[in-house]
Amino acid sequence: MLEVNELTKTYQLDGFSVEALRGITFTIKEGEFVAIMGPSGSGKSTLMNLIGCLDRPTSGSVILDGQETSKLKDNQLASVRNLKVGFVFQNYNLLSRTTALKNVELPLIYAGIGSGNRTERAFEALKIVGLEERAGHRSNQLSGGQQQRVAIARALVNDPSIILADEPTGSLDSKSGTEIMNILKLLNDQGRTIILVTHEEYIAGYARRAIRLLDGLVTSDKRVGKK
Amino acid sequence: MNLMESLRIAIGALVANKARAMLTMLGVIIGVMAVIILISIGQGVKSDVTSQVSGLGSNLLFVMPGRMGADTQQSVGFTYKLKPEDVDLLKRRMAFAKDIIGNIEAPSRVKYRNKTHRTIVLGTSASYPVVLDRPIAQGRFFTAAQVEAGRRVAVLGKTVVDDIFGSENPIGKRVTIGAQKYLVIGVMSEKGNFMGQDFDDGAYVPLTNMTSLMGSDRLSHIIIKAKDEMHVKDAQDEAKRILGTKYSPDDYSVMTQGETLSILQNILSIMTLMLAGIASISLLVGGIGIMNIMLVSVTERTREIGIRKAVGARTHDIMIQFVIEAIILSMTGGAIGIAIGIGGSLVMKNWMPVEVTWWSVMLSFGFAAIVGIFFGVYPAWKAARLDPIDALRYE
Repeated sequence: MLEVNELTKTYQLDGFSVEALRGITFTIKEGEFVAIMGPSGSGKSTLMNLIGCLDRPTSGSVILDGQETSKLKDNQLASVRNLKVGFVFQNYNLLSRTTALKNVELPLIYAGIGSGNRTERAFEALKIVGLEERAGHRSNQLSGGQQQRVAIARALVNDPSIILADEPTGSLDSKSGTEIMNILKLLNDQGRTIILVTHEEYIAGYARRAIRLLDGLVTSDKRVGKK
Repeated sequence: MNLMESLRIAIGALVANKARAMLTMLGVIIGVMAVIILISIGQGVKSDVTSQVSGLGSNLLFVMPGRMGADTQQSVGFTYKLKPEDVDLLKRRMAFAKDIIGNIEAPSRVKYRNKTHRTIVLGTSASYPVVLDRPIAQGRFFTAAQVEAGRRVAVLGKTVVDDIFGSENPIGKRVTIGAQKYLVIGVMSEKGNFMGQDFDDGAYVPLTNMTSLMGSDRLSHIIIKAKDEMHVKDAQDEAKRILGTKYSPDDYSVMTQGETLSILQNILSIMTLMLAGIASISLLVGGIGIMNIMLVSVTERTREIGIRKAVGARTHDIMIQFVIEAIILSMTGGAIGIAIGIGGSLVMKNWMPVEVTWWSVMLSFGFAAIVGIFFGVYPAWKAARLDPIDALRYE
């Protein structure tokens, strides 16, 4: 369901070109839980942005759900981000002065879903992450762990093909981190495809497959133990 | 995403920054208010002039020196050629005229004891109060015989009397006008102020004295009162024909009151437009204020834009959100400006002629809306084309 072929990405910075990705190829099947690992600067986040349609590759292709995304126009990419990808960021990226519920509704707004149905679906998503009681709280009144749970609810709400989590526990204490990982694991058990970026072996242990990157290339791709 | 949703987001963003939104709107508020008030004043003055000129009676004709008309609007470089004999000529030969008076106008000083007042002295005939429908408040106007004999008698306007006589009764007192001594025999009824001109600031003397006071017998203008309203046009043609035998068409013009009115209205329309134009500049400045704040807002909300884009907002979703925000600012400002403008105009009505017109309200509101769209588009476009990754990284 996700094919990455010979993916490269070169950034131009003040006249220098930086090769973040130098030809990455792998395939992820539906229902997999994959950790992408590597030291900082190895190209993990760049890869994540390309899979998540936030950016376009220099060459190569990303095929998501049978659709080649690297050739899409801006608005088509927005639509893929909206419907097929659920993104969870390290720093949550919630709208701060907005309630948890409204934050979760955001992808539904851009999907053109009417307000009644929208609230219902957003509330359901908050239930999954166990935050339905905080639906009316503004995101800046929530703890880090709670904010990340709101972000996961937001990623889930449009029922995407794939959930991308970029260092989801990176800003959390270990207890909240474990909570978040348990939610992701639960979602995977329910059949959702999840790709996780992390540099912590402990976190990667939740996944069933680890792809290791170094300097923009895949160095290993193997199954790992299930926690 | 539908429009209602964009509207809700935009209102939310504005409510979150109430003070800033108010200050931003201030420019538009002042602009719209100024446009409405200034146009109202212009319109008010115009209808006041119209009613004042109409109040003179519609069967008057004015013979002015130089060439004038609705098409030329200006009489430049003319010389005064009309003489008192022309009045006699017209009186003898005109069939459609009821009365004709020739006037000489000149600035001069009226002096009583140690007090001096600068005013306009009008040399005229005995029938002036009748022809122009201006009654005498006190005493009487000079008679035809007094004019004929060149008696040194004067009738004063209320302002002149108030200034140099104070509470003293002016009738029977002697004043000096120019270098001549005059006996005050009457005071004109009050006519009031109009557009900064005081119609009660004047002195009236027999025309015959004026020629010696001025050292010239050239008339400032001739006023012809037609027999009745039906024959104003006939009287105009007649007067033109008679004067045409003596003068070139460039030396005089015979205008009906309607023509005089249309010239005045033209001038006042131009003045109104000018006022509106000046006020529009402040509206424009208000628009630039909106653009400024919207640009700040885009920078401040870069991350928000990134988040929205990351979860699926398309370029035009962001664009619409910010344009709507600018439009709400300008339209709300416009609505407040209209309220204050109309209110202000109504208050000003106590001191000056003011007439609120619907077109000025529509014009200023429409202009405010356009300003909002125009100055909202650039910041919105800047917001919409932000790269989602860069926007998300923005701190």
